[in-house]
Amino acid sequence: MNDALLIAVSALDATLRLSAPLIFCAMAGVFSERSGIVDIGLEGKMLAGAFAAAATAAVTGSVWLGLFCALGVSVAMALLHGFACITHKGNQVVSGLAINILASGLTVALGIAWFQRGGQTPALEADARFAAITLPGADSVADLPIIGVVYSELLSGHNILVYMAFLSVPLTAWVLYNTRFGLRLRAVGENPQAVDTAGISVAWLRYRSVICAGLLCGLAGAYLSTAQNAAFLKDMSAGKGYIALAALIFGKWRPTQAMLACLLFGFLDALAARLQGVELPIIGEIPVQLMQALPYILTVILLAGFIGRAIAPKAIGIPYSKER
Amino acid sequence: MSQKTLPVWVDIALIPLINVLLAFVVAAGVIVLIGENPLEAVNIMLMGAFGYDEGIGYTLYYTTNFIFTGLAVAIAFHAGLFNIGGEGQAYIGGLGVGLMCLALDAWLPWYLLLPLAIFSGALFGALWAYIPGYLQAYRGSHIVITTIMFNFIASALMVYLLVNVLIQPGAMSPESRRIADNATLPFMHEVFGAIGVDIASSPLNVSLFLALICCVFVWLFIWHTRWGYAIRMIGFNEQAAIYSGINTRRMVVLTMCISGGLAAMVGINEVMGAQERVVLDFVAGAGFTGIAVALMGRNHPVGIIVASMLFGALFQGGAELSFEISTITRDLVVVIQGLVILFCGALAYMVRPTLERIFARVSVEKEL
Repeated sequence: MNDALLIAVSALDATLRLSAPLIFCAMAGVFSERSGIVDIGLEGKMLAGAFAAAATAAVTGSVWLGLFCALGVSVAMALLHGFACITHKGNQVVSGLAINILASGLTVALGIAWFQRGGQTPALEADARFAAITLPGADSVADLPIIGVVYSELLSGHNILVYMAFLSVPLTAWVLYNTRFGLRLRAVGENPQAVDTAGISVAWLRYRSVICAGLLCGLAGAYLSTAQNAAFLKDMSAGKGYIALAALIFGKWRPTQAMLACLLFGFLDALAARLQGVELPIIGEIPVQLMQALPYILTVILLAGFIGRAIAPKAIGIPYSKER
Repeated sequence: MSQKTLPVWVDIALIPLINVLLAFVVAAGVIVLIGENPLEAVNIMLMGAFGYDEGIGYTLYYTTNFIFTGLAVAIAFHAGLFNIGGEGQAYIGGLGVGLMCLALDAWLPWYLLLPLAIFSGALFGALWAYIPGYLQAYRGSHIVITTIMFNFIASALMVYLLVNVLIQPGAMSPESRRIADNATLPFMHEVFGAIGVDIASSPLNVSLFLALICCVFVWLFIWHTRWGYAIRMIGFNEQAAIYSGINTRRMVVLTMCISGGLAAMVGINEVMGAQERVVLDFVAGAGFTGIAVALMGRNHPVGIIVASMLFGALFQGGAELSFEISTITRDLVVVIQGLVILFCGALAYMVRPTLERIFARVSVEKEL
């Protein structure tokens, strides 16, 4: 019994760690897409952020400076996306794809030139990474049945970015639903004409949204290379940005639902690692590739309208031109 | 309205040229950032891509793949569809080619097998594009998202099949058995050798001719058939297409099937030609390069051939570059690819207002 609980807790523990970058990216997507800017560049911004964080932390030894650079680089790419899509009314999907491809090329090209390790950055010392935080009282309650295990093993002992990821959800929801900026952001994603008529700049509003998205993707990147791992690895984002995009759609562009979708996809990921080579009763062994593909398959099924309906913001993907 | 302020040649030649140049200027900036000389890099790349016959062979071998994927993306673009799934469609298409070859290579020589392999590959690729196309047309899910998802699903499926099903018993690496020698496509050096011309060996094979035939096919199809007209009309104005009686849903599905079938021809070049078996990840990003190619080539077969040659040269020259300069690798070509997509795609109209101003001033001066 206790063993089963420990296994369950360790799987859920891994779920929290694996969902953290997804949650950051999904919240980034909420900001961008609710303002009407399609963001398939989550992946690229996260990857660029991961490289910037690891490279800076490796050179300076400071994890916070690394985080700062990750935010800077990711926001710069978000601004490039904005420049193409908002200022020049370019195709948002094309621009996002360009950012993904640029990031996957640039991180490796610069990494090889600067560190000569085949695209990796040097392994980070323990103090150049985000360390695990033990929550207050975790040690003293560890012996209590169930609650103790859940608190000390599951909730305690993560690094600060994991907690920030989960805090980013209520924060995003609060900004979106309870602030003037959030109201306008949602309005500009549904009906930019109305916002423009009210005398509010559509472009400036959308720029602020993509900057928010850039910041969140930067956090996701820093998490990948300086918290979850101890170096930047080639293409380490490995499709997580697309999974987050899937979660965003799965969550119908709402922060809380998107987080739940991220947790589901994170759980599938954690489960895939644990089920590898395990014979299950009745169904037998599940191919690990099926588990990996499951987030994508679920998203396709959802989008096809078989599990409820995902309705995108109305003005998404359409560049706004003032009528003359 | 703004369409008429510029001469036609500016729109179809000058603006794309400026955009490509901008992409290369930024790429040169990256090389400077790495600490190397961009001019020297260009020189090595050109020599590597065109300087000797083996290099040319490799350049054209890459070109073949990019023509297929470029055409695939372009034909979807004409209908206003953005098919990011070329990568997955080519991968699954290659499976179709591989299965047909593995099934019949003991009995048929390559020239009899080729039509069957083309059919089977195109069928598999079209099927992989059919689902996103159907979902877009009839269920309202967005083609961009579904094709991205299908790339990942294809990749997982192929890993599963290669590791568990197609692998040779007892073999370590996840790949199928080799296709029998007389069933694989002849390499170009073999073709030339047969007529007494000696050229260096390279993976370039006769599928280059198939690529050129596909270009002609796409040109005829898009500009000289009813369906092509319908496809362009949907891309131009979907409402007008509906009012003129075009079944837009069926055309969307059809366009995606053709697009997937074209992408699948990468399988002919790789599985039946260069690799002579099904291997992991043989598409190697060609599906994404196809997007850059289509954007740069303005979705026209001639433009696509030119753009494919450029990217073929970049890939081959880039490989050469990584031998010569240790700090530069093939990844630089990926950077250039991203920049081309950025400047020729997302920022395609950035220079337009400036050019309009210049041309307006010039024409005013002429009148004075």
